[in-house]
Amino acid sequence: MKITKIAWTAAALIATSWSAFAADISGAGATFPYPIYAKWADAYKKETGVGLNYQSIGSGGGIKQIKAKTVTFGASDAPLSGKDLDETGLAQFPMVMGGIVPVVNLDGVKPGDLVLDGPTLAKIYLGEIKKWDDAAIAKLNPGAKLPSTAIALVHRSDGSGTTYNFTYYLADVSPEWKTKVGTNTAVQWPAGIGAKGNEGVANNVAQTKGSIGYVEYAYAKQNKLTFTKMVNKAGKTVAPTSEAFQAAAANANWKSQPGYGVILANQPGDASWPMTAATWILVYKKPSDAAATAEALKFFAWSYAKGQDMAKSLDYVPMPANVVSDIEKMWASDIKDSSGKPVFTLTH
Amino acid sequence: MSEVALNGTTATTSAALSRASALNRLRLSDVVFRELTRVAIFAVLALLSGVILALIIGSVPALSAFGLSFVTTEVWNPVTEKFGALAPIYGTLVTSAIAMVIAVPVGLMVAFFLTQLCPLWLRRPIAIAIELLAGIPSIIYGIWGLFVFAPFLQKHIQPFLIDTFDGVPGLQDVFAGPPYGIGVLTAGFILAIMVLPFITAISRDVFDAVPPVLKEAAYGLGCTRWEVFKHVVLPFTRVGVIGGVMLGLGRALGETMAVTFVIGNAHTVSASILAPGTTISASIANEFTEAVGDLYTSSLIALGLILFVITFIVLAIARYMLLRLQQQGR
Repeated sequence: MKITKIAWTAAALIATSWSAFAADISGAGATFPYPIYAKWADAYKKETGVGLNYQSIGSGGGIKQIKAKTVTFGASDAPLSGKDLDETGLAQFPMVMGGIVPVVNLDGVKPGDLVLDGPTLAKIYLGEIKKWDDAAIAKLNPGAKLPSTAIALVHRSDGSGTTYNFTYYLADVSPEWKTKVGTNTAVQWPAGIGAKGNEGVANNVAQTKGSIGYVEYAYAKQNKLTFTKMVNKAGKTVAPTSEAFQAAAANANWKSQPGYGVILANQPGDASWPMTAATWILVYKKPSDAAATAEALKFFAWSYAKGQDMAKSLDYVPMPANVVSDIEKMWASDIKDSSGKPVFTLTH
Repeated sequence: MSEVALNGTTATTSAALSRASALNRLRLSDVVFRELTRVAIFAVLALLSGVILALIIGSVPALSAFGLSFVTTEVWNPVTEKFGALAPIYGTLVTSAIAMVIAVPVGLMVAFFLTQLCPLWLRRPIAIAIELLAGIPSIIYGIWGLFVFAPFLQKHIQPFLIDTFDGVPGLQDVFAGPPYGIGVLTAGFILAIMVLPFITAISRDVFDAVPPVLKEAAYGLGCTRWEVFKHVVLPFTRVGVIGGVMLGLGRALGETMAVTFVIGNAHTVSASILAPGTTISASIANEFTEAVGDLYTSSLIALGLILFVITFIVLAIARYMLLRLQQQGR
């Protein structure tokens, strides 16, 4: 008797929690945008009562989950190719951007003191430049006192969209990098030590004298790491700021790639930061659960419109207005339910 | 009268009936219990074979693509999808070997002190302290290793090692390179601390089993403590000690989080133990979530299969040793 009672209560509890889940938007993927997605979701829930259940399991995991249709949307820092999108029937659009910065740990060097350029950074990560007082670094930093210590390289040990964008940039500026290492979420690093996650790289650089690493700008800022300036494609020296990331995004030709899959590395423009990166959302063009996808798109539209200040407060860069309106047009024309009607249309 | 008799028979029949039904109930519960235990056994066996089967099926694409070269090549390139397990296998074996080289002598000495030399009132506190080491979650060891131990090694121990062995043929390659702080040696140290409680606990138990008359006889003949340890205690408990060491080795081989923090996660086979490396479990933990492509995932599963085989061999040896110890004890 007692047991049946307990069972019924449990069943009732499960039923209610399920119905609560049903109202939530479910997504999985990249860790890099997780802080801003969480912040948006929090504000969105207060306003609409609809929550977001986002698992930041990594870009690769996000792609796997959306392909297995266990989530309503997937999120990835590395864009899918046009062929992949066509084969899977997925629509892809960028959600938010950020910057990747080299960070160093050198005595007497403060944030923004050191200047590096793409080819030099590639040579450092190829293990060809081994000491900090190498001629190539000295040439970019006339007058700076560089120690004769060995460069301790730190890279990501887990697969990551950050690594994808970083290696894309290095391959773009260094033919040697392109043939020897290439571009991917994980590569065969010629040298250095691997650390897990942005926070792992940040910690290792903070621990190790003479080290260099690459992290999302937000991590460099939060951990007060010594970021460097970079020489961009136009030959100008720029510091990593939201303005510099925005400049790179503004100069990008978003329509040049299917699914807006433009890598923002090494963009033209005097003010462009060379290692800017976008992160993408993946949803089905013909979703089996059109209502759930509509809820997700509603959340994304709200984030584009009202989430800009929140993004900036966390050192992310919101998408430019013209790109957003183009994406929203794409939603109306491409993402449809079984009867052929758009699953979500903006009402403003 | 007849009524009474009748009543009496009913009473006896009903008593017999209730006894029979009680017996039946007991028998039924016994059968249910027996079947339940049998189901539990089959569930465990099914789980084990399921895991093995899943590992084998999962690793087929990688093993058929690379064949034997999977275990003999060092390359681990997700871009070109060429994978070889030599670096993780090498790292796993070397870190475990370093851990054993440190933990076995220390563990044996601690056990000998606890059983033979230690004043009685100090035994329990020391024993509890060492067992507490086994209770610390491995992630704590990892964090401590990265934030406290690795910087200490980088500043004090590693430069000393590099300078000391510089110019010594052979050894200068083993202790070469910039002092990163983290690397194969650091991982070995951390593992040594983690397996120490296992070795100590088992050694202490088997040392306690040495008949006092043997030791007293040895002391009576004028043996020193070292001689008693070497010639009486160790030979008597050899098999048990080896069993304990093997159990520790089993833990060292499979340890993941603490190692991932401090080993440097580089897929290279380096002669220097100060250089970064990787282990099988660290590679899987690092890369599985973001592994895109069937071959990449399959290669990681194949790594898991290799680790399974290595640990199985080690544990089988340990079981065999402990079995022999039991037979010897009889």
